[in-house]
Amino acid sequence: MPRTAAWLALLAAAAMVPLVIRSEYVIGTLTLMYFFAFVGQGWNILGGYAGQFSFGHALFFGIGAYTSSLCFLKLGLTPWVGMWLGAAVAVGVGLVTGHLSFRYGLRGAYFALVMLAFAEIFRVAATNWDFVGGSFGILVPLQGHAPRLFQFGDKRYFYYVILAMLLALTWAVARLERSRLGYQMIAIRENEAAADALGINPYRVKLAAMALSAAVTALGGAFYAQYFSYIDPAIGFGPANSIEILLRPIIGGAGTLWGPLLGALLLGLLGEGTRGLVKSYAGLHLMLYGVILMGAVVFLPRGVMGALRSLGVGAAERA
Amino acid sequence: MTLIEVRSLSKRFGGLQALSEVSLSLAQGEILGLIGPNGAGKTTLFAAVTGFVRPDGGSVRLDGQEITGLPPHAICRRGLARTFQLVQPFPELSVVENVMVGAFNRTRSAAVARRRALEVLALTRLAPLAGRPAHALSIGLRKRLELARALATEPRVLLLDEVMSGLTPTEVDETVEVIRGIREAGVSIIVIEHVMAAVMGLSDRIAVLHHGELIAAATPAEIVQDRRVIDAYLGEPLAGKRE
Repeated sequence: MPRTAAWLALLAAAAMVPLVIRSEYVIGTLTLMYFFAFVGQGWNILGGYAGQFSFGHALFFGIGAYTSSLCFLKLGLTPWVGMWLGAAVAVGVGLVTGHLSFRYGLRGAYFALVMLAFAEIFRVAATNWDFVGGSFGILVPLQGHAPRLFQFGDKRYFYYVILAMLLALTWAVARLERSRLGYQMIAIRENEAAADALGINPYRVKLAAMALSAAVTALGGAFYAQYFSYIDPAIGFGPANSIEILLRPIIGGAGTLWGPLLGALLLGLLGEGTRGLVKSYAGLHLMLYGVILMGAVVFLPRGVMGALRSLGVGAAERA
Repeated sequence: MTLIEVRSLSKRFGGLQALSEVSLSLAQGEILGLIGPNGAGKTTLFAAVTGFVRPDGGSVRLDGQEITGLPPHAICRRGLARTFQLVQPFPELSVVENVMVGAFNRTRSAAVARRRALEVLALTRLAPLAGRPAHALSIGLRKRLELARALATEPRVLLLDEVMSGLTPTEVDETVEVIRGIREAGVSIIVIEHVMAAVMGLSDRIAVLHHGELIAAATPAEIVQDRRVIDAYLGEPLAGKRE
Protein backbone atom coordinates (compact mmCIF):
# COMPACT_ATOMS: atom_id res chain seq x y z
CA MET A 1 0.00 0.00 0.00
CA PRO A 2 1.43 3.37 -0.99
CA ARG A 3 -0.14 4.95 2.06
CA THR A 4 1.63 2.63 4.46
CA ALA A 5 4.87 3.11 2.55
CA ALA A 6 4.52 6.87 2.85
CA TRP A 7 4.05 6.63 6.61
CA LEU A 8 7.00 4.30 6.99
CA ALA A 9 9.16 6.70 4.97
CA LEU A 10 8.08 9.61 7.15
CA LEU A 11 8.77 7.59 10.27
CA ALA A 12 12.20 6.56 9.03
CA ALA A 13 12.95 10.20 8.27
CA ALA A 14 11.89 11.21 11.78
CA ALA A 15 14.12 8.51 13.26
CA MET A 16 17.05 9.60 11.09
CA VAL A 17 16.90 13.32 11.88
CA PRO A 18 19.21 13.31 14.92
CA LEU A 19 21.73 11.15 13.06
CA VAL A 20 21.90 13.51 10.12
CA ILE A 21 21.27 16.90 11.65
CA ARG A 22 23.62 17.97 14.40
CA SER A 23 21.93 21.25 15.16
CA GLU A 24 20.66 21.28 18.73
CA TYR A 25 18.27 24.00 17.69
CA VAL A 26 16.54 21.82 15.10
CA ILE A 27 16.43 18.80 17.41
CA GLY A 28 15.06 20.93 20.23
CA THR A 29 12.39 22.46 18.02
CA LEU A 30 11.26 19.04 16.77
CA THR A 31 11.29 17.62 20.29
CA LEU A 32 8.93 20.34 21.46
CA MET A 33 6.78 19.87 18.37
CA TYR A 34 6.34 16.16 19.18
CA PHE A 35 5.79 17.02 22.81
CA PHE A 36 2.99 19.47 22.00
CA ALA A 37 1.46 16.95 19.61
CA PHE A 38 1.54 14.43 22.45
CA VAL A 39 -0.22 16.55 25.09
CA GLY A 40 -2.51 17.92 22.37
CA GLN A 41 -3.55 14.38 21.57
CA GLY A 42 -4.18 13.85 25.28
CA TRP A 43 -6.55 16.83 25.29
CA ASN A 44 -8.06 15.65 22.02
CA ILE A 45 -9.36 12.41 23.55
CA LEU A 46 -11.66 14.33 25.87
CA GLY A 47 -12.03 17.68 24.12
CA GLY A 48 -12.04 16.42 20.54
CA TYR A 49 -13.47 12.91 20.37
CA ALA A 50 -15.79 13.10 23.37
CA GLY A 51 -16.54 16.79 22.75
CA GLN A 52 -16.02 17.86 26.38
CA PHE A 53 -14.07 21.08 26.00
CA SER A 54 -11.58 21.32 28.86
CA PHE A 55 -10.02 24.69 29.54
CA GLY A 56 -7.90 23.38 32.38
CA HIS A 57 -5.82 20.49 31.12
CA ALA A 58 -2.76 22.04 32.77
CA LEU A 59 -4.29 20.38 35.83
CA PHE A 60 -3.18 16.96 34.56
CA PHE A 61 0.03 18.25 33.01
CA GLY A 62 1.07 19.77 36.34
CA ILE A 63 0.12 16.65 38.28
CA GLY A 64 2.29 14.54 35.98
CA ALA A 65 5.23 16.92 36.16
CA TYR A 66 5.01 17.41 39.93
CA THR A 67 4.40 13.77 40.81
CA SER A 68 7.35 12.41 38.84
CA SER A 69 9.66 15.23 40.03
CA LEU A 70 8.61 14.91 43.68
CA CYS A 71 8.91 11.13 43.68
CA PHE A 72 12.47 11.52 42.42
CA LEU A 73 13.37 14.41 44.72
CA LYS A 74 11.84 13.03 47.91
CA LEU A 75 12.01 9.28 47.41
CA GLY A 76 14.71 8.83 44.82
CA LEU A 77 12.22 7.01 42.62
CA THR A 78 13.14 7.07 38.94
CA PRO A 79 10.84 9.29 36.82
CA TRP A 80 10.36 6.31 34.51
CA VAL A 81 8.16 4.92 37.28
CA GLY A 82 7.15 8.30 38.67
CA MET A 83 5.57 9.33 35.36
CA TRP A 84 3.13 6.40 35.63
CA LEU A 85 2.35 7.31 39.23
CA GLY A 86 1.67 10.82 37.96
CA ALA A 87 -0.67 9.39 35.34
CA ALA A 88 -2.46 7.39 38.05
CA VAL A 89 -2.88 10.47 40.26
CA ALA A 90 -4.13 12.44 37.26
CA VAL A 91 -6.70 9.73 36.54
CA GLY A 92 -7.86 9.93 40.14
CA VAL A 93 -8.19 13.72 40.06
CA GLY A 94 -9.79 13.49 36.61
CA LEU A 95 -12.42 11.08 37.90
CA VAL A 96 -13.25 13.46 40.74
CA THR A 97 -13.55 16.54 38.51
CA GLY A 98 -15.35 14.45 35.91
CA HIS A 99 -17.79 13.06 38.43
CA LEU A 100 -18.58 16.51 39.80
CA SER A 101 -19.08 17.92 36.29
CA PHE A 102 -20.80 15.07 34.47
CA ARG A 103 -22.93 13.80 37.32
CA TYR A 104 -24.63 17.18 37.31
CA GLY A 105 -24.73 17.46 33.56
CA LEU A 106 -22.32 20.38 33.15
CA ARG A 107 -21.59 21.08 29.51
CA GLY A 108 -19.88 23.54 27.23
CA ALA A 109 -18.63 26.69 28.88
CA TYR A 110 -19.58 25.49 32.36
CA PHE A 111 -17.49 22.35 32.10
CA ALA A 112 -14.61 24.36 30.60
CA LEU A 113 -14.73 26.75 33.56
CA VAL A 114 -14.88 23.97 36.15
CA MET A 115 -11.71 22.51 34.65
CA LEU A 116 -10.03 25.92 34.69
CA ALA A 117 -11.06 26.38 38.32
CA PHE A 118 -9.58 23.03 39.34
CA ALA A 119 -6.30 23.81 37.60
CA GLU A 120 -6.22 27.17 39.37
CA ILE A 121 -6.85 25.51 42.75
CA PHE A 122 -3.85 23.28 42.14
CA ARG A 123 -1.75 26.22 40.96
CA VAL A 124 -2.52 28.28 44.05
CA ALA A 125 -2.03 25.27 46.32
CA ALA A 126 1.34 24.44 44.75
CA THR A 127 2.40 28.08 45.02
CA ASN A 128 1.68 28.14 48.73
CA TRP A 129 2.91 24.71 49.74
CA ASP A 130 6.59 24.71 50.59
CA PHE A 131 6.84 20.91 50.52
CA VAL A 132 6.36 21.02 46.75
CA GLY A 133 8.69 23.98 46.30
CA GLY A 134 6.22 26.83 46.69
CA SER A 135 6.23 29.53 44.07
CA PHE A 136 9.81 28.69 43.08
CA GLY A 137 8.88 25.19 42.00
CA ILE A 138 11.13 22.17 41.72
CA LEU A 139 14.57 21.83 40.20
CA VAL A 140 15.12 18.22 39.26
CA PRO A 141 18.60 17.40 40.65
CA LEU A 142 20.86 16.65 37.71
CA GLN A 143 22.89 13.45 37.74
CA GLY A 144 24.69 13.86 34.44
CA HIS A 145 23.98 11.22 31.84
CA ALA A 146 21.71 8.83 33.73
CA PRO A 147 19.29 7.07 31.38
CA ARG A 148 17.82 5.05 34.22
CA LEU A 149 16.78 8.31 35.89
CA PHE A 150 15.28 9.79 32.70
CA GLN A 151 18.26 12.13 32.40
CA PHE A 152 20.44 12.34 29.34
CA GLY A 153 23.68 14.07 28.58
CA ASP A 154 22.54 14.60 25.03
CA LYS A 155 19.19 16.14 24.09
CA ARG A 156 18.88 13.72 21.20
CA TYR A 157 17.82 10.99 23.65
CA PHE A 158 14.83 13.11 24.62
CA TYR A 159 14.01 13.40 20.94
CA TYR A 160 13.76 9.63 20.67
CA VAL A 161 11.84 9.26 23.92
CA ILE A 162 9.12 11.72 22.89
CA LEU A 163 9.05 10.33 19.35
CA ALA A 164 8.42 6.85 20.77
CA MET A 165 5.76 8.22 23.14
CA LEU A 166 4.05 10.04 20.30
CA LEU A 167 4.11 6.98 18.06
CA ALA A 168 2.66 4.74 20.75
CA LEU A 169 -0.04 7.30 21.52
CA THR A 170 -0.94 7.82 17.87
CA TRP A 171 -1.26 4.07 17.44
CA ALA A 172 -3.38 3.79 20.59
CA VAL A 173 -5.70 6.65 19.58
CA ALA A 174 -6.06 5.15 16.09
CA ARG A 175 -7.23 1.97 17.82
CA LEU A 176 -9.50 3.92 20.15
CA GLU A 177 -11.09 5.68 17.18
CA ARG A 178 -12.24 2.33 15.79
CA SER A 179 -13.33 0.82 19.10
CA ARG A 180 -16.66 0.70 20.91
CA LEU A 181 -15.54 3.35 23.39
CA GLY A 182 -14.32 5.58 20.55
CA TYR A 183 -17.63 5.42 18.71
CA GLN A 184 -19.52 6.00 21.93
CA MET A 185 -17.41 9.08 22.68
CA ILE A 186 -18.11 10.49 19.21
CA ALA A 187 -21.81 9.66 19.53
CA ILE A 188 -22.01 11.61 22.78
CA ARG A 189 -20.24 14.56 21.21
CA GLU A 190 -22.55 14.52 18.20
CA ASN A 191 -25.81 14.04 20.06
CA GLU A 192 -26.00 13.09 23.68
CA ALA A 193 -29.74 12.39 23.81
CA ALA A 194 -29.57 10.10 20.80
CA ALA A 195 -26.57 8.29 22.29
CA ASP A 196 -28.46 7.83 25.55
CA ALA A 197 -31.43 6.40 23.62
CA LEU A 198 -29.10 3.84 22.02
CA GLY A 199 -27.99 2.38 25.33
CA ILE A 200 -24.91 4.54 25.92
CA ASN A 201 -24.41 5.83 29.46
CA PRO A 202 -23.05 9.35 28.81
CA TYR A 203 -21.71 9.73 32.34
CA ARG A 204 -19.58 6.60 32.16
CA VAL A 205 -18.27 7.23 28.67
CA LYS A 206 -17.28 10.80 29.55
CA LEU A 207 -15.51 9.58 32.67
CA ALA A 208 -13.61 7.01 30.62
CA ALA A 209 -12.56 9.72 28.16
CA MET A 210 -11.53 11.94 31.06
CA ALA A 211 -9.40 9.17 32.58
CA LEU A 212 -7.57 8.40 29.32
CA SER A 213 -7.08 12.08 28.56
CA ALA A 214 -5.77 12.83 32.05
CA ALA A 215 -3.31 9.94 31.98
CA VAL A 216 -1.83 10.94 28.62
CA THR A 217 -1.54 14.61 29.54
CA ALA A 218 0.18 13.70 32.81
CA LEU A 219 2.74 11.55 30.98
CA GLY A 220 3.44 14.56 28.79
CA GLY A 221 3.88 16.71 31.90
CA ALA A 222 6.39 14.25 33.35
CA PHE A 223 8.36 14.32 30.12
CA TYR A 224 8.39 18.13 30.21
CA ALA A 225 9.75 18.22 33.77
CA GLN A 226 12.55 15.84 32.82
CA TYR A 227 13.36 17.64 29.61
CA PHE A 228 13.71 21.06 31.27
CA SER A 229 14.68 19.64 34.70
CA TYR A 230 12.33 22.19 36.14
CA ILE A 231 8.69 22.74 36.97
CA ASP A 232 6.89 25.55 38.76
CA PRO A 233 3.22 26.23 39.58
CA ALA A 234 2.58 28.61 36.66
CA ILE A 235 4.29 26.44 34.04
CA GLY A 236 2.63 23.33 35.41
CA PHE A 237 -0.90 24.39 36.34
CA GLY A 238 -1.25 27.88 34.84
CA PRO A 239 -3.95 28.90 32.36
CA ALA A 240 -1.32 29.74 29.72
CA ASN A 241 -0.32 26.10 29.75
CA SER A 242 -3.95 25.00 29.42
CA ILE A 243 -4.17 27.16 26.31
CA GLU A 244 -0.92 25.77 24.89
CA ILE A 245 -2.32 22.26 25.32
CA LEU A 246 -5.62 22.83 23.54
CA LEU A 247 -4.40 25.22 20.86
CA ARG A 248 -2.79 22.66 18.56
CA PRO A 249 -5.58 20.10 18.39
CA ILE A 250 -8.09 22.88 17.77
CA ILE A 251 -6.08 24.42 14.97
CA GLY A 252 -5.22 21.04 13.48
CA GLY A 253 -8.72 19.62 13.86
CA ALA A 254 -10.28 18.47 17.14
CA GLY A 255 -11.62 14.96 17.17
CA THR A 256 -9.34 13.78 14.37
CA LEU A 257 -6.32 11.52 14.75
CA TRP A 258 -3.95 13.80 12.84
CA GLY A 259 -5.31 17.13 14.08
CA PRO A 260 -2.97 17.51 17.08
CA LEU A 261 0.06 16.49 15.01
CA LEU A 262 -0.81 18.83 12.18
CA GLY A 263 -1.51 21.65 14.63
CA ALA A 264 1.81 21.07 16.38
CA LEU A 265 3.63 21.10 13.06
CA LEU A 266 1.97 24.32 11.85
CA LEU A 267 2.36 26.17 15.12
CA GLY A 268 5.91 24.90 15.51
CA LEU A 269 6.90 26.21 12.11
CA LEU A 270 5.11 29.46 12.73
CA GLY A 271 6.69 29.86 16.16
CA GLU A 272 10.18 29.35 14.78
CA GLY A 273 9.47 31.56 11.80
CA THR A 274 8.47 34.48 13.96
CA ARG A 275 10.95 33.84 16.76
CA GLY A 276 13.29 36.64 15.73
CA LEU A 277 10.33 38.96 15.50
CA VAL A 278 8.98 38.03 18.87
CA LYS A 279 12.11 37.51 20.95
CA SER A 280 12.48 41.01 22.27
CA TYR A 281 8.86 41.34 23.42
CA ALA A 282 7.95 38.93 26.18
CA GLY A 283 4.40 37.63 25.84
CA LEU A 284 4.05 38.66 22.22
CA HIS A 285 3.86 35.01 21.19
CA LEU A 286 0.74 34.65 23.36
CA MET A 287 -0.90 37.52 21.50
CA LEU A 288 0.09 35.85 18.27
CA TYR A 289 -1.51 32.60 19.47
CA GLY A 290 -4.64 34.55 20.30
CA VAL A 291 -4.82 35.91 16.79
CA ILE A 292 -4.19 32.48 15.28
CA LEU A 293 -6.82 30.89 17.48
CA MET A 294 -9.38 33.51 16.48
CA GLY A 295 -8.49 33.04 12.85
CA ALA A 296 -8.77 29.27 13.16
CA VAL A 297 -12.14 29.46 14.88
CA VAL A 298 -13.52 31.90 12.31
CA PHE A 299 -12.05 30.47 9.12
CA LEU A 300 -11.43 26.82 10.01
CA PRO A 301 -14.13 25.92 12.51
CA ARG A 302 -13.19 22.27 12.26
CA GLY A 303 -9.47 22.79 12.05
CA VAL A 304 -7.11 22.14 9.20
CA MET A 305 -8.22 18.50 9.05
CA GLY A 306 -11.84 19.61 8.70
CA ALA A 307 -10.88 21.93 5.86
CA LEU A 308 -8.89 19.19 4.13
CA ARG A 309 -11.77 16.78 4.53
CA SER A 310 -14.31 19.13 3.03
CA LEU A 311 -11.93 19.59 0.11
CA GLY A 312 -12.38 15.89 -0.47
CA VAL A 313 -9.01 14.73 0.81
CA GLY A 314 -9.63 11.64 2.87
CA ALA A 315 -13.35 11.76 2.15
CA ALA A 316 -13.33 8.03 1.53
CA GLU A 317 -11.53 7.13 4.72
CA ARG A 318 -14.63 7.00 6.87
CA ALA A 319 -16.53 4.82 4.41
CA MET B 1 -48.25 -12.32 26.47
CA THR B 2 -48.05 -8.67 27.49
CA LEU B 3 -44.67 -7.10 26.79
CA ILE B 4 -45.35 -3.51 27.75
CA GLU B 5 -47.80 -2.54 30.43
CA VAL B 6 -48.39 1.17 30.96
CA ARG B 7 -50.51 1.94 34.02
CA SER B 8 -52.11 5.30 34.85
CA LEU B 9 -49.18 7.26 33.47
CA SER B 10 -49.44 11.01 34.13
CA LYS B 11 -47.24 13.94 33.29
CA ARG B 12 -47.82 17.64 33.78
CA PHE B 13 -45.75 20.42 32.25
CA GLY B 14 -46.59 23.59 34.16
CA GLY B 15 -50.27 24.22 33.48
CA LEU B 16 -50.52 21.57 30.77
CA GLN B 17 -51.63 18.05 31.63
CA ALA B 18 -49.65 16.28 28.87
CA LEU B 19 -50.62 12.80 30.01
CA SER B 20 -53.49 11.97 32.27
CA GLU B 21 -53.81 8.47 33.70
CA VAL B 22 -52.93 6.74 30.43
CA SER B 23 -53.04 2.95 30.54
CA LEU B 24 -52.27 0.72 27.62
CA SER B 25 -50.52 -2.51 26.81
CA LEU B 26 -48.59 -4.04 23.97
CA ALA B 27 -48.64 -7.76 23.30
CA GLN B 28 -45.72 -9.81 22.05
CA GLY B 29 -45.51 -9.51 18.26
CA GLU B 30 -48.12 -6.78 18.08
CA ILE B 31 -48.03 -3.51 16.12
CA LEU B 32 -49.91 -0.81 17.98
CA GLY B 33 -50.70 2.46 16.25
CA LEU B 34 -50.77 5.58 18.41
CA ILE B 35 -52.71 8.45 16.89
CA GLY B 36 -54.21 11.74 17.93
CA PRO B 37 -54.08 15.43 17.12
CA ASN B 38 -50.91 17.47 17.56
CA GLY B 39 -50.26 18.11 21.23
CA ALA B 40 -52.30 15.09 22.32
CA GLY B 41 -49.37 13.71 24.30
CA LYS B 42 -48.12 10.99 21.95
CA THR B 43 -44.46 12.00 22.00
CA THR B 44 -44.65 12.71 25.74
CA LEU B 45 -45.94 9.18 26.23
CA PHE B 46 -42.91 7.82 24.34
CA ALA B 47 -40.59 10.05 26.34
CA ALA B 48 -42.13 8.92 29.63
CA VAL B 49 -41.94 5.25 28.65
CA THR B 50 -38.30 5.46 27.49
CA GLY B 51 -36.95 7.45 30.43
CA PHE B 52 -36.49 10.84 28.78
CA VAL B 53 -39.25 12.35 30.89
CA ARG B 54 -39.95 11.38 34.47
CA PRO B 55 -43.68 10.75 34.88
CA ASP B 56 -45.53 12.33 37.80
CA GLY B 57 -47.43 9.16 38.43
CA GLY B 58 -48.10 5.70 37.11
CA SER B 59 -45.80 2.91 36.05
CA VAL B 60 -44.30 1.23 33.03
CA ARG B 61 -43.42 -2.45 32.96
CA LEU B 62 -41.37 -4.19 30.33
CA ASP B 63 -41.94 -7.92 30.33
CA GLY B 64 -43.12 -7.73 33.94
CA GLN B 65 -40.13 -5.64 35.11
CA GLU B 66 -40.67 -2.17 36.44
CA ILE B 67 -38.73 0.35 34.33
CA THR B 68 -40.35 3.60 35.46
CA GLY B 69 -37.76 6.24 36.26
CA LEU B 70 -34.77 4.40 34.79
CA PRO B 71 -32.44 6.47 32.58
CA PRO B 72 -32.86 6.04 28.80
CA HIS B 73 -29.70 3.99 28.28
CA ALA B 74 -30.73 1.50 30.97
CA ILE B 75 -34.14 1.11 29.34
CA CYS B 76 -32.52 0.59 25.94
CA ARG B 77 -30.27 -2.08 27.40
CA ARG B 78 -33.35 -3.88 28.69
CA GLY B 79 -34.68 -4.08 25.16
CA LEU B 80 -36.88 -1.05 24.62
CA ALA B 81 -35.67 1.33 21.90
CA ARG B 82 -37.15 4.48 20.39
CA THR B 83 -36.70 6.82 17.47
CA PHE B 84 -37.03 10.59 17.62
CA GLN B 85 -39.66 12.54 15.73
CA LEU B 86 -37.02 15.18 15.03
CA VAL B 87 -34.29 12.97 13.63
CA GLN B 88 -31.07 12.96 15.64
CA PRO B 89 -28.34 11.41 13.51
CA PHE B 90 -24.64 11.63 14.41
CA PRO B 91 -23.83 13.91 11.46
CA GLU B 92 -20.07 13.39 11.40
CA LEU B 93 -20.37 9.62 11.25
CA SER B 94 -21.22 7.61 8.15
CA VAL B 95 -24.53 5.76 7.83
CA VAL B 96 -23.04 2.40 8.79
CA GLU B 97 -21.17 3.97 11.72
CA ASN B 98 -24.40 5.53 12.97
CA VAL B 99 -25.96 2.10 13.01
CA MET B 100 -22.84 0.57 14.60
CA VAL B 101 -23.29 2.91 17.56
CA GLY B 102 -26.65 1.21 18.08
CA ALA B 103 -25.20 -2.26 17.57
CA PHE B 104 -22.60 -1.63 20.30
CA ASN B 105 -25.52 -1.93 22.70
CA ARG B 106 -25.12 -5.70 22.42
CA THR B 107 -21.44 -6.23 21.61
CA ARG B 108 -18.01 -4.91 22.52
CA SER B 109 -16.45 -5.96 19.22
CA ALA B 110 -16.29 -3.39 16.42
CA ALA B 111 -16.20 -6.20 13.83
CA VAL B 112 -19.39 -7.76 15.20
CA ALA B 113 -21.04 -4.33 15.42
CA ARG B 114 -20.17 -3.59 11.79
CA ARG B 115 -21.53 -6.93 10.62
CA ARG B 116 -24.71 -6.42 12.61
CA ALA B 117 -25.03 -2.86 11.28
CA LEU B 118 -24.73 -4.07 7.69
CA GLU B 119 -27.46 -6.66 8.31
CA VAL B 120 -29.73 -3.97 9.70
CA LEU B 121 -28.96 -1.68 6.76
CA ALA B 122 -29.96 -4.48 4.40
CA LEU B 123 -33.22 -5.01 6.30
CA THR B 124 -34.00 -1.29 6.25
CA ARG B 125 -32.94 -0.94 2.61
CA LEU B 126 -30.16 1.53 3.36
CA ALA B 127 -27.29 -0.77 2.42
CA PRO B 128 -26.28 1.15 -0.73
CA LEU B 129 -25.77 4.28 1.40
CA ALA B 130 -23.61 2.65 4.09
CA GLY B 131 -20.55 4.82 3.41
CA ARG B 132 -22.32 8.16 3.09
CA PRO B 133 -21.95 10.72 5.85
CA ALA B 134 -25.24 10.89 7.76
CA HIS B 135 -25.55 14.65 7.26
CA ALA B 136 -25.74 14.14 3.49
CA LEU B 137 -28.97 12.07 3.62
CA SER B 138 -32.39 13.41 2.65
CA ILE B 139 -34.94 13.79 5.44
CA GLY B 140 -36.74 10.62 4.38
CA LEU B 141 -33.58 8.57 4.50
CA ARG B 142 -32.57 10.14 7.80
CA LYS B 143 -35.84 8.88 9.24
CA ARG B 144 -35.00 5.44 7.92
CA LEU B 145 -31.54 5.73 9.48
CA GLU B 146 -33.14 6.65 12.78
CA LEU B 147 -35.14 3.44 12.57
CA ALA B 148 -32.11 1.36 11.56
CA ARG B 149 -30.05 2.68 14.45
CA ALA B 150 -32.74 1.86 17.00
CA LEU B 151 -33.21 -1.58 15.47
CA ALA B 152 -29.47 -2.29 15.73
CA THR B 153 -29.72 -2.12 19.52
CA GLU B 154 -31.65 -5.43 19.15
CA PRO B 155 -34.76 -4.36 21.02
CA ARG B 156 -37.74 -6.48 21.95
CA VAL B 157 -39.93 -3.42 21.64
CA LEU B 158 -39.48 -0.56 19.23
CA LEU B 159 -41.22 2.81 19.57
CA LEU B 160 -41.34 4.67 16.27
CA ASP B 161 -42.17 8.36 16.41
CA GLU B 162 -43.49 9.56 13.03
CA VAL B 163 -41.00 7.73 10.86
CA MET B 164 -43.29 8.24 7.85
CA SER B 165 -44.39 11.85 7.99
CA GLY B 166 -42.80 14.00 5.36
CA LEU B 167 -41.93 11.04 3.16
CA THR B 168 -42.96 10.56 -0.46
CA PRO B 169 -45.71 7.95 -1.04
CA THR B 170 -43.11 5.50 -2.38
CA GLU B 171 -40.96 6.00 0.70
CA VAL B 172 -43.99 5.48 2.93
CA ASP B 173 -44.78 2.16 1.22
CA GLU B 174 -41.19 1.09 1.59
CA THR B 175 -41.11 2.03 5.27
CA VAL B 176 -44.36 0.11 5.86
CA GLU B 177 -42.70 -2.96 4.36
CA VAL B 178 -39.60 -2.42 6.47
CA ILE B 179 -41.71 -2.19 9.65
CA ARG B 180 -43.56 -5.38 8.73
CA GLY B 181 -40.19 -7.06 8.24
CA ILE B 182 -39.07 -5.94 11.68
CA ARG B 183 -42.20 -7.40 13.23
CA GLU B 184 -41.60 -10.68 11.37
CA ALA B 185 -38.18 -10.72 13.04
CA GLY B 186 -39.96 -10.85 16.41
CA VAL B 187 -39.95 -7.21 17.50
CA SER B 188 -43.12 -5.69 18.94
CA ILE B 189 -43.80 -2.15 17.80
CA ILE B 190 -45.67 1.01 18.75
CA VAL B 191 -45.93 3.58 15.95
CA ILE B 192 -46.92 7.20 16.31
CA GLU B 193 -48.13 8.27 12.90
CA HIS B 194 -50.18 10.90 11.11
CA VAL B 195 -50.15 9.11 7.76
CA MET B 196 -53.56 7.46 8.30
CA ALA B 197 -53.59 4.97 5.45
CA ALA B 198 -50.22 3.62 6.51
CA VAL B 199 -50.97 3.35 10.20
CA MET B 200 -54.41 1.83 9.67
CA GLY B 201 -53.00 -0.78 7.30
CA LEU B 202 -50.04 -1.60 9.48
CA SER B 203 -51.48 -1.76 13.00
CA ASP B 204 -53.19 -4.63 14.75
CA ARG B 205 -54.71 -2.17 17.19
CA ILE B 206 -54.95 1.60 17.36
CA ALA B 207 -54.81 3.72 20.51
CA VAL B 208 -56.07 7.30 20.35
CA LEU B 209 -54.82 10.09 22.58
CA HIS B 210 -56.62 13.39 22.96
CA HIS B 211 -55.62 16.14 25.41
CA GLY B 212 -53.40 13.66 27.21
CA GLU B 213 -56.17 11.12 27.68
CA LEU B 214 -56.61 7.76 26.05
CA ILE B 215 -60.02 8.02 24.40
CA ALA B 216 -60.04 4.72 22.51
CA ALA B 217 -58.03 1.56 21.91
CA ALA B 218 -59.39 -0.92 19.42
CA THR B 219 -58.90 -2.47 15.99
CA PRO B 220 -58.54 -0.06 13.05
CA ALA B 221 -61.98 -1.01 11.78
CA GLU B 222 -63.56 -0.15 15.11
CA ILE B 223 -61.55 3.04 15.52
CA VAL B 224 -62.81 4.61 12.30
CA GLN B 225 -66.36 4.11 13.55
CA ASP B 226 -65.71 5.50 16.99
CA ARG B 227 -67.71 8.65 17.55
CA ARG B 228 -65.23 10.27 19.96
CA VAL B 229 -62.28 9.56 17.66
CA ILE B 230 -64.08 11.01 14.66
CA ASP B 231 -64.93 14.16 16.59
CA ALA B 232 -61.51 14.54 18.15
CA TYR B 233 -59.24 13.64 15.30
CA LEU B 234 -60.33 11.82 12.17
CA GLY B 235 -63.23 14.06 11.14
CA GLU B 236 -66.14 12.93 8.98
CA PRO B 237 -64.62 12.60 5.50
CA LEU B 238 -62.17 9.82 6.35
CA ALA B 239 -64.71 8.01 8.48
CA GLY B 240 -67.18 8.32 5.62
CA LYS B 241 -64.69 7.00 3.09
CA ARG B 242 -64.05 3.90 5.14
CA GLU B 243 -67.73 2.95 5.17
